[in-house]
Amino acid sequence: MRIGIDVGGTNTDAVLMDGHSVLGSVKTPTTANVTDGITDALGTLLQDSKLAIGSIDGVMIGTTHFTNAVVERRHLTRTACIRLGLPATACLPPMVDWPEDLSEAVGGLVFMAHGGHEFDGREISPFDASEIRDIAAQIRDEGIDVVAISSVFSPVNSRFEEDTAAIVREVIPEATITLSSSIGRIGLLERENAAIMNGCLRQLAHQTINGFRSALQDMKITAPFYISQNDGTLMVADFAAAYPVLTFASGPTNSMRGAAFLSGLRDAIVVDVGGTTTDIGVLRHGFPRVAALAVEIGGVRTNFRMPDTISIGLGGGSLVQRQPLQVGPRSVGYELTSRARVFGGDELTATDVVVAAGHEDIGDASRVSTLDSGFVSRVEERIEDMVNVAVDRMKTSAAEVPVIVVGGGSILVRRKIVGASELVRPNHFPVANAIGAAIAQVGGECDQIFSLAEMTRDQALEKARAEATSRATAAGADPASVEIVEVEEVPLAYLPGNATRIMVKAVGDLQEAE
Amino acid sequence: MRIIDEAALEDIALGAAVLGTGGGGDPYIGKVMARESIRRYGPVELYTLDEMDDEDLIVPTAMMGAPTVMVEKMPNGDDIVNAFLSVGKYIGKPVRATMSIEAGGLNSVVPVYAAARLRLPMVDCDGMGRAFPELQMVTHTIHGISATPIAMSDERGNTVIMETINNQWTETFARSVTVDMGAMAMIALYAATVAELKEAAVPGTMSQAQRIGETIRRARLEEQDPVRTVRESVNGFTIFRGKISDVQRRTEAGFAKGDAFMSGIADYVGRELQLSFQNEHLAARIDGEVCVTVPDLIAVLDIETGEPITTEGLRYGFRVEVIAFPCTPRWRSEAGLNLVGPRVFGYDVDYVPVEDRYGQ
Repeated sequence: MRIGIDVGGTNTDAVLMDGHSVLGSVKTPTTANVTDGITDALGTLLQDSKLAIGSIDGVMIGTTHFTNAVVERRHLTRTACIRLGLPATACLPPMVDWPEDLSEAVGGLVFMAHGGHEFDGREISPFDASEIRDIAAQIRDEGIDVVAISSVFSPVNSRFEEDTAAIVREVIPEATITLSSSIGRIGLLERENAAIMNGCLRQLAHQTINGFRSALQDMKITAPFYISQNDGTLMVADFAAAYPVLTFASGPTNSMRGAAFLSGLRDAIVVDVGGTTTDIGVLRHGFPRVAALAVEIGGVRTNFRMPDTISIGLGGGSLVQRQPLQVGPRSVGYELTSRARVFGGDELTATDVVVAAGHEDIGDASRVSTLDSGFVSRVEERIEDMVNVAVDRMKTSAAEVPVIVVGGGSILVRRKIVGASELVRPNHFPVANAIGAAIAQVGGECDQIFSLAEMTRDQALEKARAEATSRATAAGADPASVEIVEVEEVPLAYLPGNATRIMVKAVGDLQEAE
Repeated sequence: MRIIDEAALEDIALGAAVLGTGGGGDPYIGKVMARESIRRYGPVELYTLDEMDDEDLIVPTAMMGAPTVMVEKMPNGDDIVNAFLSVGKYIGKPVRATMSIEAGGLNSVVPVYAAARLRLPMVDCDGMGRAFPELQMVTHTIHGISATPIAMSDERGNTVIMETINNQWTETFARSVTVDMGAMAMIALYAATVAELKEAAVPGTMSQAQRIGETIRRARLEEQDPVRTVRESVNGFTIFRGKISDVQRRTEAGFAKGDAFMSGIADYVGRELQLSFQNEHLAARIDGEVCVTVPDLIAVLDIETGEPITTEGLRYGFRVEVIAFPCTPRWRSEAGLNLVGPRVFGYDVDYVPVEDRYGQ
């Protein structure tokens, strides 16, 4: 049996799953220290289900905690960055394009040193150990012990990053080190940005993951626990503590994966309606379609694979305005249960309108019985329009596709959407996010430039597939279940020898504990 | 005279991506480089050709190589200054200003970096009015201006200076040197006087890029239809609206070649567009019939944001509008078409100006 938990900004949801069936679910408010919220949610869940603790095989947690820390510039640790690549790259030092407030919060201590590689594996300049030792001493003297290390073309050869880490560790034995090659793809600034953000979140990650761990211990749960990452796969907790940056987009990913699971559909559009916003994304082969353009987190450019979603200001708490008729983007948010009319408040929300229309029996329906029925249907049409337009924007072909509606606010979407073959609101739709966490798989990626002068394209693809597969297995996937879910090839312009960049992703089911 | 400050730079980079016609490299790195040098050394003056003296010597600066390498191994900064100064030293005459040789893509903004550092002005013109994959494909070639002496510099401090018998040979040798330098070199070439440029260059292209960028930015702020505003800002025509249904890529002779296929939406339902590219977009066919070719410009715009999509970014499922717009008249001469017309890229069709097909 598995427990899935989603620690969101407003709510902490938990679900209990046995294989493919959902045995129980609970929604509780998120608490300032996150641990209490999890303890509450777990306590209720276990009490309701009367489950023996020993039968839990794993706990999967999805959280937006680290994304929020960067966006809000809170709980960040001072981090130094060492880049190897001189004399190349000197005109654009690390953190060059960061918002000033974030750069200040992180400390902005950056160094450039010799080293780095060319696209074909030659060294740009020799590695200089004494130069690195000097830099490490300066970092130590500044009282900083979190270090991010980047090197030009380290996705092709990461040796210089590793050598640098070894020297930093000699000088600062307690150092917490992040290598850019272990996080990102080709694109030095973006990969380096990710490494620095990862560094400044490490301490928070350590505390938070320990908080999760102690919440589980308090409940006497000894099963291993995992954290879900951007692409809908899982990391073991210790790995997540080392790579918090990999959780940045896990929220939308989990709700889309949960929707796929609950509906049994692998290709569909997912509409996740919350209290304030609605996120719309596309499922392809059971996974979220990934955005093509660079994604900014807290104003910093990254090259993570993030789900391609759009967000509109429509949710269960959206305020309804009469003249001119408007729904959202202002919302009562988490105060829905005190400020909406059906809950005794004064605000007219989208939820009130759904109750007035007689579709749902929530709160006190008599408090909205005086609403004019013509007005109610105009508001309903308006909501329908908003969803129709947003879904159409995300559609990939003229063919009709199924639309899955999930999230606490999904009672708003009632009628068939234009261009949708069917509208599916699966069981357990309010906790799709936590379910997405519970059913997550583990994955591995390979992203490398190959010279097709030295091998055939098939050999290169085979090599990339094998590398991705072995990384998935190393991350805990059951080798028998690993499959390749994504292959992408970008021939490199202007380069002879048919240089081509190949990106492969493999995923598999989590290896069950013996 | 105009001033290129940080705000103008943003607009130029955005507009240059439209003129990049799918290629020319992502201007992002070039833009951040130029922005940092403007912050440090001050804004750059941009003069029209008419504001300069006829005998002033101008040396363009650019980056040559793989845009995919530039996002990883960024330049040192001194390299481009070395290339520029080496050409001046070789010729033995003072150089009055620099300019862009390719207004599409990242080479629109690379000279802004050099100009700020060198405290020299830029001239408002270029050699393409767009982006092209090879070094000899500039209007200078039509007018007999030699690409050489060319200086190519790497980040280590090496500079290679070459003299060649024609611009095609410059391309051949420079390509080899670029690979040895790590698939990226900073170059200075096509030295010419203002009098020569008045004949040979495409005038006003930097300010054109700026205008396009400004239009997109304003349309976003005012929530107008950004695709329409881009189209209007380049006097362009909608040739298709569709969803990308397939992208086939291959590498041939060191170029990223391929075809994107789109199925029509809205007014174009039931029709199919095939867009062929070699780094840049070369030709579009609708239902098998050629409708636009080089040297006219073809841009693929995201239907929601108006953002131009590069050939590397073309992906299954994108909803796009394909627009086409006229190239500079300089490309429409016989000599121009012999250098960059459809047959040069292997399409056995006659060039028909885009406005002749769509301009009713």
